[in-house]
Amino acid sequence: MAKKLMKGSEAIAEAAIQAGCRYFFGYPITPQNEVPEYMSRRMPQVDGCFLQAESEVAAINMVYGAAGAGARVMTSSSSPGISLKQEGISYIACAELPCVVVNIVRTGPGLGGIQPSQGDYFQATKGGGHGDYHLVVLAPSSIQEAADMVMEAFDIADMYRNPVMILGDGMIGQMMEPVEFHQPPKREIPEKTWAATGWDGTRERAIINSLYIEPEVMQVVSDRLQKRYELIKQNETRVEEYKMEDAEYCIAAYGTTARVAKSAVNKAREMGIKAGIIRPKTVWPFPSEAFCKAADQVKGFLTVEMSAGQMVEDVRLAVNGKKPVEFYGVMGGFLPTPNAILEKLIQLKEGK
Amino acid sequence: MAVVFEKTKMLTDVPFHYCPGCTHGIAHRLVAECIEEMGLQDKAIGVAPVGCAVFAYNYFNCDMMEAAHGRAPAVATGAKRVHKDKLVFTYQGDGDLASIGAAEIVHAAGRGEKISTIFINNAIYGMTGGQMAPTTLVGQVTTTSPYGRQKEHCGSPLRMSEMLATIDGAYYIERVSLHDVPHIIQAKKAIKKAFTYQMEGKGFSMVEILSTCPTNWGMTPTGAIEWLKENMIPYYPLGVKKEGE
Repeated sequence: MAKKLMKGSEAIAEAAIQAGCRYFFGYPITPQNEVPEYMSRRMPQVDGCFLQAESEVAAINMVYGAAGAGARVMTSSSSPGISLKQEGISYIACAELPCVVVNIVRTGPGLGGIQPSQGDYFQATKGGGHGDYHLVVLAPSSIQEAADMVMEAFDIADMYRNPVMILGDGMIGQMMEPVEFHQPPKREIPEKTWAATGWDGTRERAIINSLYIEPEVMQVVSDRLQKRYELIKQNETRVEEYKMEDAEYCIAAYGTTARVAKSAVNKAREMGIKAGIIRPKTVWPFPSEAFCKAADQVKGFLTVEMSAGQMVEDVRLAVNGKKPVEFYGVMGGFLPTPNAILEKLIQLKEGK
Repeated sequence: MAVVFEKTKMLTDVPFHYCPGCTHGIAHRLVAECIEEMGLQDKAIGVAPVGCAVFAYNYFNCDMMEAAHGRAPAVATGAKRVHKDKLVFTYQGDGDLASIGAAEIVHAAGRGEKISTIFINNAIYGMTGGQMAPTTLVGQVTTTSPYGRQKEHCGSPLRMSEMLATIDGAYYIERVSLHDVPHIIQAKKAIKKAFTYQMEGKGFSMVEILSTCPTNWGMTPTGAIEWLKENMIPYYPLGVKKEGE
């Protein structure tokens, strides 16, 4: 298949179609409107269903209903809209329903702005909704990777019966790059024998539910979820290392920020500073091991984010005090420049 | 010996948790009997609400989903869009449907979503212990309207059936009551009609069922029946509010 120049949001939508997603429920919000718009054109062509919901709240509950009915289903939104979906996401996590939620992150808090941000990291990786649960959170740094991750996201969701989030900053949604669609490596995906499809008595009656009023039962469900998260940590943690073999300084960055960091690392190397990058591709599960290992090798870390400093907490937990972990963040919808990152690297080297 | 009566197979053997004199049990049985009599056992997917009927998934003997508070019509929409040939119904109380879920029910009706809603209106929040509902009558005492609901302070109760009947996508809306046997029989007819229209692909259907809550009304079961007749029916007139395009 030839590469095609596509906008990130449209590539994400097409990747979902290619992955067999036939149901999409969403509500307009900038900067991700191209996802529902694309779906509204494409779904009828593949006998699928695009439905514009009356709100993000309704959309995520339609996702609950369609996922509970056994379908591959997706919704997308941007930060304030994702906040509205959190109730539903928590229910979906507890009801053990597979689905894909795309967050094209804009600035916040509040209505914030419509420019790129990474300010939803805490919400995406630490819960967001109420209760003890986790989403699998994939953080693409290119349009191609966004497409690949969306396609695999459906398999991951089905495999673990767990919602998966695509966490893309506004750049990933709005930028155009060449992309082609590949089916992900084949996985053993269990049949959805639990789905509510109409009961003919040949299986157990399906009850899609997140209510467990007896503490003994709730405990069993909670343990099951936590065991599953452990399994996901073992199997699905993804990380990319760039020039880390001989690195003395490590930049921690994900998404678009990691691409800017690459330019900074290349410039640093020209100046004789041995820098590298560890880029989490899954921000939950977080690739703690990669940072823990690097802590024995490098002299210091610099975490770069389009936020006031969120992932840096996970980096510090992983490094566990072995080496200094500095932070450089930009907010308001601006991207860090390679020179600004370079300057911070030099400061780190000089111990300032 | 000839069997003259059997409990419907569409109800499980799990004992209802409802209070003595509560009419949820009757409403459950009517819904279940309709599904069985229409031969839709293997086609039914029910959506339970948050509220007194939150455990409905334990009682209806078909595939069930439990929705977040007020979101049953959205959940049902998702399920129905996947399984267009199935009977998808929601069972919701007045807090769930008329308060927190007002947007979801209006837009499900607006889309002409081919689902059926059983709406239990007992003019109070039951599960949480008797707080004011959007359907609580003016003057009615609840735990959050201890001086009686005051119109000047929090408005008049909503007539959901009349509201929804103004929506094009709503195909069939009827209000019924469970206060005596003839009305119970009428209620069953209405539920059957709602399900029939859904299976014919006509559009959104809802049956509003006036019900009693003796516990939170602070009445005996028979006193509650009388109160419903004397106070609720004058404000919530029974009958078909809409049928057809």
